[in-house]
Amino acid sequence: MTPSGSPAPKVAVRGVSKVFQRKSDALVVLQGVDLDVSAGEFVCLLGPSGCGKSTLMNIIGGFDFPTSGDVSIDSAPVEGPDPRRVFVFQEYGVFPWASVWDNVALGLRRLDAAEQHARIQHYIELVGLKGFEKTYPAELSGGMRQRVAVARALAVKPDVVLMDEPLGALDSLTRLKMRAELLRIWQEERMTILFVTHDVEESMQLADRVVVMSPRPGRIAEIVEIDAPHPREVDSPEYVEIKARLYGLLGVTHSF
Amino acid sequence: MRYSLWPFITVAIAAAVLYGSRIFKERVQRVVLPLATAAIFLAAWQFGCDLKKYELRDSATGTVRLLEVFPTPWQTCVELGRMSGDGTLLRYTVASLYRVAIGFGLAALIGIPVGLWMGWSTRTFRALNPMVQALRPISPIAWIPIAILWFGVEDASAIFLIFVASIFPIMTGAYTAVHSIPSVYVRSARNFGLRRHEVFRYVVFPASLPQIITSLRFALGIAWMVIVAAEMIAVQSGLGYVITDARNGNNYARVCGAMFCLGVLGIVLDFGMRQLQKLDEVRWGFSKVS
Repeated sequence: MTPSGSPAPKVAVRGVSKVFQRKSDALVVLQGVDLDVSAGEFVCLLGPSGCGKSTLMNIIGGFDFPTSGDVSIDSAPVEGPDPRRVFVFQEYGVFPWASVWDNVALGLRRLDAAEQHARIQHYIELVGLKGFEKTYPAELSGGMRQRVAVARALAVKPDVVLMDEPLGALDSLTRLKMRAELLRIWQEERMTILFVTHDVEESMQLADRVVVMSPRPGRIAEIVEIDAPHPREVDSPEYVEIKARLYGLLGVTHSF
Repeated sequence: MRYSLWPFITVAIAAAVLYGSRIFKERVQRVVLPLATAAIFLAAWQFGCDLKKYELRDSATGTVRLLEVFPTPWQTCVELGRMSGDGTLLRYTVASLYRVAIGFGLAALIGIPVGLWMGWSTRTFRALNPMVQALRPISPIAWIPIAILWFGVEDASAIFLIFVASIFPIMTGAYTAVHSIPSVYVRSARNFGLRRHEVFRYVVFPASLPQIITSLRFALGIAWMVIVAAEMIAVQSGLGYVITDARNGNNYARVCGAMFCLGVLGIVLDFGMRQLQKLDEVRWGFSKVS
């Protein structure tokens, strides 16, 4: 699905299916999913719960394996979790027993001390947590904890960042702010982002391409390209059509 | 001799008034209400002593004195003073604390690593858990004959009993802690390329620490109860020994005095364990530090 003539995709998902065996029958979670993501692209996976978008992310991250088909990153097959592709879990993935500094240090233990120090400092500043280095997560707000998770993931300089509803646990105002922050960081660091959400506005605001998935069995219904500069005013007239289309694909008739 | 009740009754009435009223600040309540409860308890104790007395007739003068069958709070106090005056109280308290410290320390030293290992390795868990579960429900008191057979009427017997009493709750607490670590933590660690021993060092151990501290606190409480039984039978010193010894000498004031000391020291030990919960590394695991 890459435009012809473009270089090899960063992430290539080829005919991926996933079947969970149950007692009496088999549950097809993913069926024949094909997806190419190019380097530096921001792709949202949009779909209702149960459409297999999290399973697909787990497979791309190397935490789960497809029943058939394969996933490769930089033309090398994914064989397990790897710091080059990092998962950002919701804020509860942050370690409560470690300070902000130690949380961000998690993936940097093999670097020499000076490099480690510089990286930690850079990414703590990048997510706007300067001054909170020694603070423990319990003393931070949900949004700040989410920033710690983002800083921790970006500090290992991953090629691909996998985000499974990372903003789902935040209140709506913090979500809006975190979206803007995320875009700013993405524009600065230019990593490839795969972002799972069930929020239509969120996907429109963030993604270069929105991959709409349909449930049972999970498959790609359509890929909607959003070719507009950031920041996007998703309530403005030019987005009405895209919004209607996305809602339509999700089976919701939306009256504007 | 009803007059001996009056001070307690006065305090109890004052306490009831205080309990019912809302005029007192929280800080005053925190001090006064527990004291009032203690006063009510002492009043009930005194009242009980007054109920049943025996007559002591002086054969020479023919005068009759009424004496309590059960020691009064004041008699207990006097006896405590005598015990601390001649040094027995300190000596026996140290003896008890020493045995608990060694037995409990050994149990923690062995129980925590083994428990963590059981939690971390399914194979180890399968191998050890049935045996642990079979040994755990056996009361530590049931081990007393065996302790004496192995170690004689010595410190080692009491230490062994404390060890047996505390190791199982510690072990169980440690592996339960590992089993209840949210998988998202271990997943993150694996994602960041941590090796197995690093996952243990940076995730499994710190994640289970709060629950381990809770189980240590629980185990120390049990150890402190078991030391009395151990010292009653397996050795000839310590607060538990004081109780049997005083009973044999029909000195019930001393029995009550020793019980009082056991209670106070129990509070002190638990307070010490609670301080561990306030460390930065584990505070997150206790929603409210009491």
